[in-house]
This record gives sequence, C-alpha cells and structure tokens, in this order.
Amino acid sequence: MSNITIRLPSTRRTQNQYETGNSYLVTPGDVITEDTDYMRGHGTYCTGDADDRLYSSVAGVVERINKLICVRALKSRYTGEVGDIVVGRVKEVQQKRWKIETNSRLDSILQLSSVNLPGGELRRRSATDELNMRSYLNEGDLISAEVQQVNVDGILSLHTRSLRYGKLSQGCLVIVSPSLIKRRKNHIHNLSCGASIILANNGYIWIYTTQHSSQTEEGDGGFIISNESIPIEDREIICRLRNCIKCLAKRSVVLYDTSILYAYEASTSYKVKQLLDDEVCDEIVNKTIYLLQQANVGNNEY
Amino acid sequence: MAKVMLGESEKWFIIHGIQDDMRNDGRSCEDYRHIEVETGVVSNTHGSSRLRLGSSELLVGVKVELGSPDPKAPTEGLIHFHVDCSPNADPSFQGRGGEDLSANISCILTRIYCNKSSIDLNTLGIIPHKQCWVVHVDVLILECGGNLLDAVSVAVKAALHNTGVPNIQVTDGDEGTQEISLPDDPNDVKFINTINAPVLVTISKVGSRHVVDASAEEELCCNASLVMGVTKRGRTTGMRKMGGGSLDPESIPEMIGTGKNIGRQLHISLDKLLKTEQGMAEDIEKAGYL
Repeated sequence: MSNITIRLPSTRRTQNQYETGNSYLVTPGDVITEDTDYMRGHGTYCTGDADDRLYSSVAGVVERINKLICVRALKSRYTGEVGDIVVGRVKEVQQKRWKIETNSRLDSILQLSSVNLPGGELRRRSATDELNMRSYLNEGDLISAEVQQVNVDGILSLHTRSLRYGKLSQGCLVIVSPSLIKRRKNHIHNLSCGASIILANNGYIWIYTTQHSSQTEEGDGGFIISNESIPIEDREIICRLRNCIKCLAKRSVVLYDTSILYAYEASTSYKVKQLLDDEVCDEIVNKTIYLLQQANVGNNEY
Repeated sequence: MAKVMLGESEKWFIIHGIQDDMRNDGRSCEDYRHIEVETGVVSNTHGSSRLRLGSSELLVGVKVELGSPDPKAPTEGLIHFHVDCSPNADPSFQGRGGEDLSANISCILTRIYCNKSSIDLNTLGIIPHKQCWVVHVDVLILECGGNLLDAVSVAVKAALHNTGVPNIQVTDGDEGTQEISLPDDPNDVKFINTINAPVLVTISKVGSRHVVDASAEEELCCNASLVMGVTKRGRTTGMRKMGGGSLDPESIPEMIGTGKNIGRQLHISLDKLLKTEQGMAEDIEKAGYL
C-alpha cells in the first residue's frame, strides 16, 4: 500500500540552522569594495578609470587573502586538468571523433585514435573503423575517460587508452557539483558494501556492480556489455548508495570513498526509499559529518 | 518534455529495476516522490498555488473576470486553462518551442474538467444569458522533472480551492435591466467548491509492469502511458493514451485500477494538506521562493 505524502514547505527546516559564521555572499554586479588598495582576483572586475569600485562577476562568496580579493562561485562548470577522470555522455558522432558532454563550458572531444580497438590491436585507424564508430559508441552512451589535453579554448581532449576506461554498462548516474569531488589518487573504487563507484572529477558519479572478473584487476575496456538483469541485493546496494550520495550532495559534504561509506553505514537502519525524506537525510548527513570529524581528530593526533 | 539522454545500458538498468519493484531511487512501482504544495503565494490573483514534485516545479495562478456565457449553457460560467512553459525549465522552450507541450497539457485539463460534476459551473453564473464569471487558470512550468501532468493537476486543484470569487449582488436597475455591484471588501469572497475536482494520474508502462510518477529518466524508457482524470470518489472523468507504443488490452484494466487507487490517495493527502493550511494562522510566513 503506497503512501503519498504532500506537505507544506514551511514545515521543512530551513538551511539557516546549519550555517556557521558569516559568509559574505554577492551576486553579479554587486559592489564588493570601493577601496582601491585591493588586487583583483578571479570573479571580479572593475569598469574603467573613472569608477574605482570593485564589482563581482559571479554569484558566490567573497574571499580575501591579504590584499587579494576574489569571489569563489557557488556553482561552476567543470574546468579540466590533465589526468582527471571524467564520465561523459556521447552527444554527437562526427567524422573521426565523438563529442562528449562532460558538464564543462564546451563539449569535450574523444578522438577515434584515442580509443582502444577491440582485441587490443595497435594499428592505424582505417576507413572501416571510421564507419564502425557507431557500433562502439552511439549517441547517449556513457563513457569513462581520462583527460589527455586541455586546449587553449578550454575544450578537453579525452582518451580511453586503458582497460580501466571505456563504455559503461548497467548502473546508475548521479550528477553533483564538480567542487564536491575530492581530488584523490584513485577515483575508481570497489566499495566494501558490495558495489563499485567512479567519482569523476566533473561531478558525474557512476555506481555499478563490482565486476567479478577473474582475468585482470583493471577492467575490460567497455567492450563486454551485459544487459542482463542484476540481482536484487546488488540493485538495492546501488540504489542506497545513490540516495546517500544525493543526501550528502544536498548538504555540500565533500564526496570521497570514506564519506560515502560512512553515509552508507548510517543509512542501513532505514529502507532505501526512506532516504528520500528530508529528516532522514539530515540525520544521516549529521552522523557522517560527526564520523568524519572523529576520523580527522584521530589523524591529527599522530 | 525536457531533454534527458540515456544510454541503452542505463535504460536496461531502469527496466530491470522496475521489473523487480525497485526503481533507481528505491521507490516501488506505486510510490510518489515527495510533493510540496503551498497556496496563496501570488498576491494579485484570486487564487494561486505552488507545487514541487521531485524536481518538477510549477506555479498556478487563477483570475476571475466578468464575461458573457456560452449561449448553449446560459446559466453556467466558464473555465479556461492556459499553460506556459518557461525557458527556465528547458532552453528549447524559448519563443514558441514550448507550444506543443502547453497545448497538450491544457487540452487534457480542459477534457477532464469538462463535465457536469467537476466544478459546478452554475455557481459561476450571474445573470443568465448576459453575465457570468470566467475563470482563467494559468499554469507556469518552471522546472520539468518528469510526471508533469500529475503535478499540474494537483496544483490546479489546490489553486482552485484557494480561489475566492467576489460575492456579487444583482439588483434591478432602470428599465428592467439588472445591475451588478461588486463588494468593496476584498475578503468578501466565496471559495470555489473543489470537492469533485479531478486529479490526473499518469500510469506509464515500462517493460511488463506499470509505474506511477515516472521520473524524467523513466519516461524515456516507457513507450506508452495512460493518463486518467480521477475524482475523490475514484470516478474517472477522462482518459487518454499517450506515447507511440502499444498497450496490451489485457493490462489496461489493471492500470486503470491502479490509477483509481492512486488518485483516491492523492485526493486524501491533498485535502488533508489544504485543510491544515486553512487552519493555520494568517501570519505564518509563506515559504514562496525565497
């Protein structure tokens, strides 16, 4: 028997309870200061000589470091660095390349020469390979790739030249802000709760079932796609992780394998669909923050 | 609706999930996402409501004006529905891009309200053959997160419930004509009776099961869906099949049964909320958009 809940927004607890300290929020066009002593950083501009005032060009928090003023935007697109892992969706199939959408300012590019051929052959790509591009990656497919190069205009060149990367098969995509993903050495994790996760730097998180392949530790380059049904226990783990990550992202908690695992453990006492409630979400996030702080205290003692 | 793209494997993941009664966010096939409704948010309308369902967000405003009745129904008032898709929801809605969707939704709304019992139009009549109230219901879609039709219908019911029609006095003027006088007090209103107002329930067929309240991704996996207008007592006021796929005639009665059940529950929850809101003190701040 399903339960349809309709409630008033005023019964929702407001965010103000969680704010600590005063943050100086500005919107584009707001005057930050009229003092000429400061140096301009990112997110600011001043208009001409007659006007000495410093304006903000983005919506965000003002940060002042000695004489440098900059505005850190609350919401921004992903700007790539070489070596980052990204998860992207194929938007277009062009002549010798694919256009991939990665939540950045412009679409990224995956050249035909930057993908592994099935079978691992090393040869020059022929016209037949070009005609068969769609059989490998079609519009709408998700891939995991690494940033090879960042062009002058900001367009990222991606490559999937390792068995770790390639087309993604069954799983669940969660989109969060790129700023919430902590930069670590490893972004592809096999979590202890029974699922695997790719925490891409562009804010796309891919949750999938752990491949129990006996061959390589790495992967299969996305050539073996299975569209079979996943067992219900694995599916429940994936859905639970998805809901936990959404809760953490709502409260802007930095996402990495430890924080996600703490949130998962805190959520085991609830049913998966109860995690969609605001109150349950707050409880889980508070527990996670507490556990993270404990862990940090433990680390700092050494 | 808004453009979400899905790869084939993701679609299979969703379809298998629905088969196992565990959707991507853990809901079962008959669960709705959280709905937030607030009425009386737009001050210069006669009635308004704001609704949030998952990631769909809408604003409904109702204004009433004097007009002449339809010659075929001289004692009844009129209701007009208009839907506006804001480019806020999707850049493709700019200019005339959202017209198809708007026309579709307003057409369905008109269809389910166009019967004798949904809204008693006789209460909206003033002087037969000459004057009546014309109710304009304007829906503004701010965000598309799947299941727009259900969200629109719940918001419209809430807004109509909140609509106060001015209490008009008809007096006999000179030479046999009748004069209308509007009250001075803006609070001298009569609220529209929405006891029988229907609510839309969309039942989407995915694989061999059907789901209620499909999210934007689930809508991409569904080929055919049934939209029905259901009243509080579980009676159907209109039905339409959407989508290019086919529906097995044997599964349709099951889907209709689900739709009626869900419709009844939606009405119960919504009526409970509207009653609570009415009972709340006047000075409780409306959450609105800030």
